[in-house]
Amino acid sequence: MAKNIQSLERAAAMLRLLAGGERRLGLSDIASSLALAKGTAHGILRTLQAEGFVEQDAASGRYQLGAELLRLGNSYLDVHELRARALVWTDDLARSSGESVHLGVLHQHGVLIVHHVFRPDDSRQVLEVGAMQPLHSTALGKVLSAFDPVAHTEALEVDRKAFTPRTVTDIDAFESVLDHARARGWAADVEETWEGVAAVAAPIHDRRRMPVGAVAITGAVERVCDDGELRSELVAAVRDCARAVSRDLGAGRF
Amino acid sequence: MTDAHTTGPFIAAIDQGTTSSRCIVFDTDGRIVAVDQKEHEQIFPKPGWVEHDAAEIWTNVQEVVAGAIDKAGITAADVKAIGITNQRETTLLWDKNTGEPVHNAIVWQDTRTDALCKDLGRNVGQDRFRRETGLPLASYFAGPKARWLLDNVEGLRERAERGEILFGTMDSWVIWNLTGGVDGGVHVTDVTNASRTMLMNLHTMEWDDKILQSMEVPAAILPEIRSSAEVYGLAKGGVLDGVPVASALGDQQAALFGQTCFSKGEAKSTYGTGTFMLMNTGDEPVNSYNGLLTTVGYRIGDQKAVYALEGSIAVTGSLVQWMRDQMGLINSAAEIETLASSVEDNGGAYFVPAFSGLFAPYWRSDARGVIAGLTRYVTKAHIARAVLEATAWQTREITDAMTKDSGVELTALKVDGGMTSNNLLMQTLSDFLDAPVVRPMVAETTCLGAAYAAGLAVGFWPDTDALRANWRRAAEWTPRMDADKREREYKSWLKAVERTMGWLDEEN
Repeated sequence: MAKNIQSLERAAAMLRLLAGGERRLGLSDIASSLALAKGTAHGILRTLQAEGFVEQDAASGRYQLGAELLRLGNSYLDVHELRARALVWTDDLARSSGESVHLGVLHQHGVLIVHHVFRPDDSRQVLEVGAMQPLHSTALGKVLSAFDPVAHTEALEVDRKAFTPRTVTDIDAFESVLDHARARGWAADVEETWEGVAAVAAPIHDRRRMPVGAVAITGAVERVCDDGELRSELVAAVRDCARAVSRDLGAGRF
Repeated sequence: MTDAHTTGPFIAAIDQGTTSSRCIVFDTDGRIVAVDQKEHEQIFPKPGWVEHDAAEIWTNVQEVVAGAIDKAGITAADVKAIGITNQRETTLLWDKNTGEPVHNAIVWQDTRTDALCKDLGRNVGQDRFRRETGLPLASYFAGPKARWLLDNVEGLRERAERGEILFGTMDSWVIWNLTGGVDGGVHVTDVTNASRTMLMNLHTMEWDDKILQSMEVPAAILPEIRSSAEVYGLAKGGVLDGVPVASALGDQQAALFGQTCFSKGEAKSTYGTGTFMLMNTGDEPVNSYNGLLTTVGYRIGDQKAVYALEGSIAVTGSLVQWMRDQMGLINSAAEIETLASSVEDNGGAYFVPAFSGLFAPYWRSDARGVIAGLTRYVTKAHIARAVLEATAWQTREITDAMTKDSGVELTALKVDGGMTSNNLLMQTLSDFLDAPVVRPMVAETTCLGAAYAAGLAVGFWPDTDALRANWRRAAEWTPRMDADKREREYKSWLKAVERTMGWLDEEN
């Protein structure tokens, strides 16, 4: 029978120790409670600390359980948290691009719009928060399918309906679209969902590099594309925005 | 934010706030180019007392100005004007000759002048100076704070009477220092900040001699009252040497300006820890009989002053924080929406967060918080919903009071502040008000307002129409609730409010 890995057993014992009784313990307490040499205990604690499972109180130097453990138990990112973090960046994207901005997450085999910033002109627009978009034809859906394995599986399983003559429905062609998106870090939808409408999207990652959503600008194909190509400054603006939100998600622990 | 909009010119806005000082650089479209921010210490010498070290604040202001200019990659030559906005009512006295504060600044939240305000009311009560100032006698306002300092700092009154001491709210302190301090600094305040001292007559826009006498504040220490948008002087020294200092507005008035509420009946509401709502009432001050404050909205140069009604809600964002920190029902503020969205309605529960009494429009200090309508059916999700509805109903109560006082119906509410990211709250607000709720694209409306006023003063923008043209709608929520349901729910809310009153046996 294979022997268990000793250092993992010791790490688990440490977490149990920190979870029970006193909340904060010093290095010597931990080492003596588990009958470990101080150096060994310190090495394990340092590793756990680097992973966020343990935190060290700056003032006392004592150790306590880290925020990462709570995240594991409750590991999805709250979409409202995502919206709150994205607010300033998406406002700025709408302003600089002159187009409307959507933030989407995977939800029930589709893309759920969790945030929408109006196109900055004086036209009447309706808030689309709560609406669903298809995974296989929209820029948001393609980005999620390309970067999130769960979305990928779902996109392969859903009925990939042809909304326009340009919609990609064939499975191999769709996979190569996703490969392309992965390679360049963004995806587009040029009249594949709605006639006359084009969109560019990029993925948002949390601090574990997990894809948690996507941000897109959407507008008239004449404005978003130039000579049939997506305008590079718009692509850059969307990717900058996605990176900024990702940075914000990684910066704070909660 | 490093797009291709770094070609000037620019306006720099300084926001000297309660917890931090910030500087934001804006371009001609009103877009943010760079931000710098620094927090300062909150000093609590005794329960209920809150002070700031004004010297620390001035150091921080210089640092954030330098920081923002550096981040923007520009120089003083690219900056056309400096605008100031500030925490309101926070009071400072300093030595004219040394530039040293004689005491820490007394912060607006500080309640040390409670007893003094009661005394000042004499046999008339809270409203003794309301007709002249638009304000009730309450510990927030600057006049009584100045009086407290004059009475309690050894030898200060004598020095003040000899003309050695200057008084100011934080706008005055920042402008005086920016324009040279002991070396020729200008001692001014703007009409909006002056309107929060309880020393200015709203009708004449001048210091009121009678009130000064009653309050025992010598006129010699007071700054000159100027408009909110004019060149007060040029910055002397520092990274912005030579740039005109061209606006000052209290923070809530600056937000009103930044939201471009330039017409009578336009209103904005800022949703943070608490909520402040201001409505433009045009060029006549409107007396409030419904527990609101009458205040100056702004004054551009030598144009007529524009007045506003103000209503504040003490507990809004802080109720969500309470749900997180004290109740542990959510892990982050944003999760309140997730929890509240998991149910269709409040399940019959109403939450009135009268944690320290009821404020506008009731003003009942004997009230305490209540959760009413509980049954076994009610879950924590219903309570979360009731929490969000509490903010929306309280806004409705303030808008009702504003309509009663001003006779103007609210056509749309412009919102800003952290809670505007809560989609369910914004929809609920629109449902309860039966009016559209609109969020602008620039969230930093306070700094933007100061920048706008400064820009107008130096001709960076020609007029308020140009500023309106800059305003962009980022989102709009429209009412979806039917009228019957709204009325039924409002009745239940009002019943819950009634149940908070008289909880404390005696007011004290």
